[in-house]
Amino acid sequence: MTDLTPNLADPARMRAGSVFFMRLRRVPFGVALAATVLVFLALCAVAPGIVAPKDPYKISLLHTLRPPSLEFPFGTDQLGRDIFSRVVHGASYSLTIGLGATFIAVTIGLAVGLVAGSAGGAVDLAFMRVIDVLLAFPALFMSMAVVALLGTGSVNVLIAIAIAEIPRYARIVRSQVLVVRTSGYVEAARILGQRRWRTLMRHVLPNTIGPLIVLSTLGIGSAILSSAALSYLGLGPKPPTPEWGLMLAEGQGYLRRAWWIGVFPGMFATLTVISTTVLGRYLKALSDGRA
Amino acid sequence: MHIARELLIRIFAGAAVLWAAASLAFAILQLFPSDPVQVIYGADSSVTPELRAAIRADFGLDRPVWEQYQHFLARIVQGDLGTSYQQRRSVISIIGSELGSTLTLASLSVLLAIVMACLASLVTSGRRTWLRKALSSIELLSVSTPAFWIGILLLTFFSFKWQLFPVVADEGWRSLVLPVATLALAVFGSLSQVMREEMDLALEQPFILTARTRGLSEWAVRWRHALGHTLIPCITISTETFGGLLAGSIITEQVFGRPGLGRITLEAINNHDIPVVMGIVLLVAFVFVTLNIVADLLYRLADPRLRVSAA
Repeated sequence: MTDLTPNLADPARMRAGSVFFMRLRRVPFGVALAATVLVFLALCAVAPGIVAPKDPYKISLLHTLRPPSLEFPFGTDQLGRDIFSRVVHGASYSLTIGLGATFIAVTIGLAVGLVAGSAGGAVDLAFMRVIDVLLAFPALFMSMAVVALLGTGSVNVLIAIAIAEIPRYARIVRSQVLVVRTSGYVEAARILGQRRWRTLMRHVLPNTIGPLIVLSTLGIGSAILSSAALSYLGLGPKPPTPEWGLMLAEGQGYLRRAWWIGVFPGMFATLTVISTTVLGRYLKALSDGRA
Repeated sequence: MHIARELLIRIFAGAAVLWAAASLAFAILQLFPSDPVQVIYGADSSVTPELRAAIRADFGLDRPVWEQYQHFLARIVQGDLGTSYQQRRSVISIIGSELGSTLTLASLSVLLAIVMACLASLVTSGRRTWLRKALSSIELLSVSTPAFWIGILLLTFFSFKWQLFPVVADEGWRSLVLPVATLALAVFGSLSQVMREEMDLALEQPFILTARTRGLSEWAVRWRHALGHTLIPCITISTETFGGLLAGSIITEQVFGRPGLGRITLEAINNHDIPVVMGIVLLVAFVFVTLNIVADLLYRLADPRLRVSAA
């Protein structure tokens, strides 16, 4: 038998802080862990010097290909550089590209989707056909094609990933706009004589942006995966930048003698993506009312 | 007759998408013009204006845009994707010589991923066991891990440390094992997640109860009755990811040093050999469109209900 009396706390004894901690206790362990990892990575990105004081660029030919030890937690690479330091400094590249590309893609996708969804008719049809055509290309492949046109480098990789993700967000926004447009409150606003533009900004936009933010959390992970892949292929930043994908590409020739070169940068990339995915899924479950 | 008519409509729609993709590619090339002279001679300043004009005329770049567009479309319809700036070979022959290797890799990987996902959902769906928990962790890992890193890990441990599989690419089927495993693992996660969810739903259906009351064993219920219901999402995801797999094989080929589309794509990107890049882009679009038509046909095979409603 389950206890049917609701477990009410005495409101007089509750403070803002304890409410916060009560909510926090309900967060699943995996999600809390993911959030912790992301906070740590954000710290690595903002202040890498605090986490890893060693210089990630310092070449030391006396210390090449050292296995992990207390002095070098992740070992050293073929040029004797401290891999731990390089991996920590690499966080800023991946996070910047992941967040930046997703932000650009969401913003443009939002604009395109809003216009297509609320204009309807020929405009909608034209926009959506173009998006269908763009979706015919795998995202990573489209990024590569864009890099081919723009040239290699971090900024171009960011733009390329953003462009490849725009069609996906535009399509989601448009379908959400179509749902919101037929809902009662938009109908009411229209009957009350509200201008179309105003209805769009006051009612349609806020109700579209919520689900979009949740989905974009999941998108950050795939943007980071794409950026690591493009860098691995040599289309991103140039050596000696401590970017994870690039580190893997540079160290690949030494895997036979030093497994740690191949393991740690990839592990950080995977941890980052898993954490954003776990967090994104949790947010999605919350917004769907499942958690 | 219905199927034939619908197929015809689908083929026309596919052709329209391809035309749009080709036109888009052409338009983008007009916005970002690339100079074949620059690609062939680099920054060599000794190129005379006459030679420059001759090379540009050779590639048809001296004619009006509209005429270039018509010419471009006419060539594509005839299966001619243009000539590489760098290699002076036709793009079709460059792609053709490498396509087989990539297709082998991609199709074997998708097959392996499907088999693994089927097994996983047969064994774990509808049950709350440690196996299921372990599997969903593997799925999460699979969708969150960069494919090339899986490849590098497999290479480090299976080739270098334990020397089970060859490092170099040309030792018959043994050199295919690790690349195929890499790509299959990358696809497995999303495939397995959706198939398991679908099978969970199917196992709650009345026909499953009927099958159970007939005294069928648990395995027979799953194998003969529930599995069929996972095939539709399986087809959808497999076709969706096959295009992605072509991109994924570019990376996997790079990790394992295999020949294939990956090598020529990267070479073309680094050399600004735009005709080759565009040729590969159009090829990928073509594969995508074709696969979607094939998927529509497969849906009918997999789900008899679709055949009834279409008749």
